[in-house]
Amino acid sequence: MFRAVVRLSTSGVRSLARTRPCFSAPLASRCYSHAKVETDEEFDARWVTYFSKPDIDAWELKKGMNTLIGYDLVPEPKILDSALRACRRLNDLASAIRILEAVKDKSGPHKDIYPYLIQELQPTLTELGISTPEDLGMDKL
Amino acid sequence: MIFLDAVLRLDQPTCVWQMLATRALSLVGKRAISTSICVRGGHGVAKVDDYALPCYFDRRENPLPDVQFVTELSAAQKSLKEKEKGSWATLSNEEKIALYRISFKQSFAEMNEGTKEWKSVIAGMFFFIGMTGLVVLWQRKFVYGPVPPTFESEWKEKELQRMLDMRINPVEGFSAKWDYENKEWKK
Repeated sequence: MFRAVVRLSTSGVRSLARTRPCFSAPLASRCYSHAKVETDEEFDARWVTYFSKPDIDAWELKKGMNTLIGYDLVPEPKILDSALRACRRLNDLASAIRILEAVKDKSGPHKDIYPYLIQELQPTLTELGISTPEDLGMDKL
Repeated sequence: MIFLDAVLRLDQPTCVWQMLATRALSLVGKRAISTSICVRGGHGVAKVDDYALPCYFDRRENPLPDVQFVTELSAAQKSLKEKEKGSWATLSNEEKIALYRISFKQSFAEMNEGTKEWKSVIAGMFFFIGMTGLVVLWQRKFVYGPVPPTFESEWKEKELQRMLDMRINPVEGFSAKWDYENKEWKK
């Protein structure tokens, strides 16, 4: 939903050459890569799985989070849910709050993304006892 | 002499070379090199300098730094860390903030805060423009010679009259704006 990636479309032009072997010059030949493009769902699933590892260690959490923030997107609530639960397994409340701050910052000028994320994550936040930065007054100076 | 000797004997085994090097160094005087001497051959441990270790930094793009901000915890902080292992709902807001401050130096709001540097920049700009103005004034008084006589008002009047007599730009420009009957500028 939040991906800003342009999808490469592998056009069906290739089939033109196959069906008419005698006329071998295709009308239009695109130089698109033939690599398989990961869908949004696959991306999300991969990251949810990463953070869901039961014995995830602190380094992996940091690495995963920093990498995720490096992408040109705001992570889906399910990925963040997985990450927050990983924080709980690591007994790291500070990182959980930091993650919330980071995604708010990541949304940039789109002010409606963060409230949506908090709304989606509210059950997890109350279950784990994570306060948002706003609750703690940390979003102000 | 001994130092040169040490340099030339590069084929010596490492520990001997180190011995010669340190002897040579002690002659030259203790230098900063000694802080990171790595004695090999199982005789010692390399001293790791601070800059070689993972360090803490607050950056938007790296929300979870490699190390905690506070490295040595006080007793209160340690007990808080123990409490963190239990349910987080039992922690008060102050405790949660304290835990955050153990791990991180500045919150996102604090790290993104602008400085007041722009005021210094504008002030500096005005200052240097002002200084330049003073320099220009001084130059005019003490450096430049007199302006040509063609700038005097008497000369300028004669010049203007000449231009009108010559009918400079009579259609739409200069002389077109002069009323020759009444000898004044057109209204």
